[in-house]
Amino acid sequence: MQPVDTASRLLDAGAPEIIACTVCDALHEVKEIPEGGRLRCTRCGATLLRSPGKALDRILASSFAMVILVLSALFFPFLQISASGLSSATTLLQTAFAFDSGFTAPLAFVLILLIIVLPVTRAVALAYALLPLRLGLRLLPGTKAAFRLAGHLRPWSMAEVFMVGCVVALVKIGGLARVGLGPAFWELALIVMIVALEASTFCEKTIWRMIDQKSRS
Amino acid sequence: MAHDRSEEPVLTARAAGLAGCGACGAVSTPGVETCPRCGNALHGRRPGSLERVWAWWFAGLIAYIPANLYPMLRTQFLGRATDSTIVGGVIDLVHHGAYLVGGIVFLASVMIPVGKFLAVAYLAISIGRHSHLSFHQRTVLYEVVEFIGRWSMVDVFVVAILTALVNLGFVMAFKPGTAAVFFALSVAFTMISALSLDPRLIWDDAEPDGAPHD
Ligand SMILES: [Zn+2]
Ligand SMILES: [Zn+2]
Repeated sequence: MQPVDTASRLLDAGAPEIIACTVCDALHEVKEIPEGGRLRCTRCGATLLRSPGKALDRILASSFAMVILVLSALFFPFLQISASGLSSATTLLQTAFAFDSGFTAPLAFVLILLIIVLPVTRAVALAYALLPLRLGLRLLPGTKAAFRLAGHLRPWSMAEVFMVGCVVALVKIGGLARVGLGPAFWELALIVMIVALEASTFCEKTIWRMIDQKSRS
Repeated sequence: MAHDRSEEPVLTARAAGLAGCGACGAVSTPGVETCPRCGNALHGRRPGSLERVWAWWFAGLIAYIPANLYPMLRTQFLGRATDSTIVGGVIDLVHHGAYLVGGIVFLASVMIPVGKFLAVAYLAISIGRHSHLSFHQRTVLYEVVEFIGRWSMVDVFVVAILTALVNLGFVMAFKPGTAAVFFALSVAFTMISALSLDPRLIWDDAEPDGAPHD
């Protein structure tokens, strides 16, 4: 990986493919990416491109898991407690509607977005954009818009942050009540691991390049 | 780091008279308004990046003040109600001996938000000026801030979970406090602030020929 030396004719049809580092703007010639490896910026060290490897499989698997798990946790209790002979349980939907009155009511809407709507929307958008790419089919209309949407939603889909919130909440009341974990809790726990696995290999620039190449072919 | 402070001459997209896409890295000639690869608006540098960073930064800071003054959570236990603020909640956890969770909540609700305000302000101020941190260190700081901000939302989720889950009438119940709204706003505003920062601005100062800022 060497920085490109001459500015002239960088974008000519016959010129080698170049890419700009999104962190520091340095230009690089796109050389062959070693299998399982990555190209790094020689100036700032940021990842320029990764070898695609199983990236699509991982993203698609995590998208399907996300949709199934969030939807099932909507209606099945994932946490339950009991104390002094009384007990109560909660589903994802009930949790979002915890802010049901007064000044905090708008938060219910925000919570529904952050832990239900945005994670599911992002997963569906990813599947829509990338499943045809993975299967070697023609890209669907709006593929780029769908993948752009997924990119914009990425910081705001917080299913795995919510999961950590569950653990903190359980410990907070652990001394006061008996805590039970519903089956949906373990499904949610699975989400965290799947999302973490996806995030560790996700390289937006690499996927954009694959979409671009496919859409030109 | 081996690649830190390399003295090799580097050609940037802007110095070459081109524009690199901030989302996908594709290079286009200037004047192209939409990136041909990803369809995002194409800017050599995001316009108004610093102004947006500061606007959202102040909005986040303003929301963070009532988030700490008002109660975050109201606990009703055997008919007695107690309000606790964010810091008060951490102190309660530590009093009950839950040091680990107290530590997590302290990290997510106090250290990360405060650290984020300081880090974003430092990055924004250091652009165009001499900095004690190297370009590489500031890039790492930027990436950490971008990654970590959303985790502060944990405390809002905890309040929601406790309220929905613990509903045992007279024995025990939780109610969300006003601070939850301000805290959620503060986290969202600072996330937008950090996302508005174009990291390429940090590196522009490293160009020896000093191409002018857009
Ligand atoms: Zn770079
Ligand atoms: Zn682009």
